[in-house]
Amino acid sequence: MTRDHDVLVLGAGLAGMRAALEAARNGADVAIVTKVHPIRSHSSAAQGGINAALGEGDSWESHAFDTVKGSDYLADQDAVEIMTQEAPRDIIEFEHMGVIFYRAPDGKLGTRAFGGASQARTYFVGDITGQALLVTLYDQILKAGVKVYEEWFATKLLMENGACRGLVALEMLTGELHLLRSKAVVVASGGLGRLYEPSTNALMCTGDGYSLAYRAGAPLMDMAMVQYHPTTLAGSGFLMTEAARGEGAYLLNSEGERFMKRYAPNKMELAARDVTSRAEATEIAEGRGINGNVLLDLRHLGPDVILKKLPQIHEMAIDYLGIDMIKEPVPVRPGMHYQMGGIKTDVSGATVVPGLYAAGEVACVSVHGGNRLGANSLLDTIVFGRRSGHASAQYAAQTVRSGGGEDLLQSEQARLQGLLDRPYSGETCAGLRLELATMMDEKVGLYRSDEGLHEALDQLREFRRRYENVAVGDKSRVFNQALTFVLELGFLLDCGETIIRDALIRKESRGAHTHVDYPDRNDEDWMVHTLLTDRGEEEPEISHLPVTITRWKPEVRTY
Amino acid sequence: MQFTIEVGRYNSDGNYAPNAVPGEPYPPPWNRSPVRRYQTYTVDLPVHAVVLDALIAIREYQDPSLAVRCACRSAICGSCAMWINGHAHLACKSKLQEFTKNGKTRVESAPSMPVIRDLVCDMQPFWDKHLAVKPWLQAKEPVPPSDQEYRVPNASMEELIQEVSCISCGACLMDCESFAVNPDFLGPQALAQAYRYAGDPRDAQTKERLGEYSKPGGVWDCTHCYECVTQCPKGVAPLEQILKLRRMAVDAGYTNNAGTRHADAFASSVKHSGRLNELTLMPKSTGFFNIVGQLKTLPSAINMIRAGKLPPLIHKAIPGVNRIKAIFERVGGRFK
Repeated sequence: MTRDHDVLVLGAGLAGMRAALEAARNGADVAIVTKVHPIRSHSSAAQGGINAALGEGDSWESHAFDTVKGSDYLADQDAVEIMTQEAPRDIIEFEHMGVIFYRAPDGKLGTRAFGGASQARTYFVGDITGQALLVTLYDQILKAGVKVYEEWFATKLLMENGACRGLVALEMLTGELHLLRSKAVVVASGGLGRLYEPSTNALMCTGDGYSLAYRAGAPLMDMAMVQYHPTTLAGSGFLMTEAARGEGAYLLNSEGERFMKRYAPNKMELAARDVTSRAEATEIAEGRGINGNVLLDLRHLGPDVILKKLPQIHEMAIDYLGIDMIKEPVPVRPGMHYQMGGIKTDVSGATVVPGLYAAGEVACVSVHGGNRLGANSLLDTIVFGRRSGHASAQYAAQTVRSGGGEDLLQSEQARLQGLLDRPYSGETCAGLRLELATMMDEKVGLYRSDEGLHEALDQLREFRRRYENVAVGDKSRVFNQALTFVLELGFLLDCGETIIRDALIRKESRGAHTHVDYPDRNDEDWMVHTLLTDRGEEEPEISHLPVTITRWKPEVRTY
Repeated sequence: MQFTIEVGRYNSDGNYAPNAVPGEPYPPPWNRSPVRRYQTYTVDLPVHAVVLDALIAIREYQDPSLAVRCACRSAICGSCAMWINGHAHLACKSKLQEFTKNGKTRVESAPSMPVIRDLVCDMQPFWDKHLAVKPWLQAKEPVPPSDQEYRVPNASMEELIQEVSCISCGACLMDCESFAVNPDFLGPQALAQAYRYAGDPRDAQTKERLGEYSKPGGVWDCTHCYECVTQCPKGVAPLEQILKLRRMAVDAGYTNNAGTRHADAFASSVKHSGRLNELTLMPKSTGFFNIVGQLKTLPSAINMIRAGKLPPLIHKAIPGVNRIKAIFERVGGRFK
């Protein structure tokens, strides 16, 4: 069945719902397409908080500088300025919508400290800040009556004369494929954590949006910049929020030493994430780890702080490791967490493809550059979600809706049927994904080398070949997840390839990209973004853009 | 370690594996839910593995046709609430070892919700109820300027974290005994969210909300079975929030309803005789002059008489009832 809207938003996390709300406020007929119910979106897993220079004595300039320094000077400073200037109003707007932010004794919003920040400017709700924002925003979507296509899985973007005019989506509940036409599409489908094993990300973070936009002609930028979070739970790899260290927790090695004093003597445990993760990896590699982990020690914070401000991670450590952090330190290690790179957009969320916008983790404005500061991701989603919603609605107002697309619907129908008809070859989707993700963690993880990256690219080509033999192990119509898993694996392969290629191109170490063959940052040659543009069967086109510098020249980065 | 999982399968296409054995029909009130076919799998997992680990292992390496919603694996996203051994739990938070009974763990989608496929249920009734309580702040005027927050004590925000911790998994509604027999009951999750807004000092519509929540299907339809408190994986304790709403509603003057009359009749009987006068409880709750309402209770009354459950016609006070009265005086408030 075909349906028409002005603006379609792909994804219902914070960026997507914020974009939809703003587009609706600007008079657009907007609909959200999401493969999971909005409340299941991974924004809810953001624990620690959201940054803004809101307090007395703080300034957006200070927030912007911390962000630029945190990014290892790869962020575009014009975009960072916009984000940090607009942050206070966006946070206040969420407070007015009903978010139950923590208060200082005077009843105003209160803060906690966070990594890489020169002062405490992280606003929060316990350790469920993402969830608190998400449920509030979802309820605003309900109130505004925005149409949500729930559990609709996007398979391809509709392109007409070089412009994006909608998408094709599979309705999980019926197995029916639909054509959704629009004047503009905002891709806000989140990250790609399933490309790495282990990862803090949820099972549905499969890089759909990166691949869909890339295949529609939008360049992907700085894909090599994959963040490893310093504190993920031993074993399961679940996130232990940076807020623990923000509240004062220590990182200890096997000798009981607060080892961060040797890596970041000023900020200690609250150095930027790339610095802290590498420090942990060094400790572990030099034999001062405990079974491949270091320890996160919260005991001195006392039960009151832990139970009131960090209840969720307290419970998770008990549930999944049997450790009560009030009494014992928790084993943690660096784990894949966030993709700084993504679909290249301007500060309005617009890509180079007319009608195609992007916001949130899937986008790269770039405000995070080589390394994102903790509590800047929630901020990114609501600032650039709002801006892309506004810009897409404006664009839609002066654009004519497409009348076509039936051919795309038919070709997608045929493609999906082809997958369903593929005979079983012994190759499983889950097995191949695990091999891919393990390889990415080993060779394209915290440390990279030319040799490892070349091997990774060769292996990826081999995975692509094997992917052609993966059969769909379920032939049913209703809720066929085996089919969507195969489609997701296809998205992940595109993400993996662009990450490896970008990592091969960048011959230096910057932010999250630590290249053992080029261990130093090279500002002479590499103050540039790398963009990869799809060319079908051929290798992607490589281009560069200079980093926008407004007022902060690159400096030596110490914490 | 080897675990045996018995999975309740359902597929409207009718595709089942030959070893999927039809189970018994569900007992009332769930007897309209389709009979599941139970398929048994054996998985090898670490001792501390959770039910979801088993389901993912089955789906990835044994049977890709198994449909199950899951995302975060850590009790944050709320996707994987289902029946495990006959009660609603999050699969990602339920240790296999604890849930192994007679050598196996049985999982199925809760029969209290419409089933879509296998472990995937239709959550629409849940979301409809959520929407029905108007779960958004109806901001108190004057709304502060766009660069200023409402100034409220932290304690008033902290008090609501319990309700905001709700992950909308639906486990409470799936096992709610009142919802099982009364589909119109707003249910534990929606009412906990109702309190989240009614209890928010920034909300301007508290009184109107309390009026709405006092109507049939609202706070008074809860039967205090405590299933929601037991099943909630996040400690939201919906029943406690419902009780808070009742107190707020009565204090706000919403007393002309069966629920308040029932509570009053209860308290009054205990105050005056030290125990419950079941004979007068029902007429007092429905209202003495509510003839239609009274007549509606007749079939139940006849059934009770038949079953020999008729309360004694003469209601006697217990010895020392004055001491009970003294307690009421001491506590004060509404029943003084």
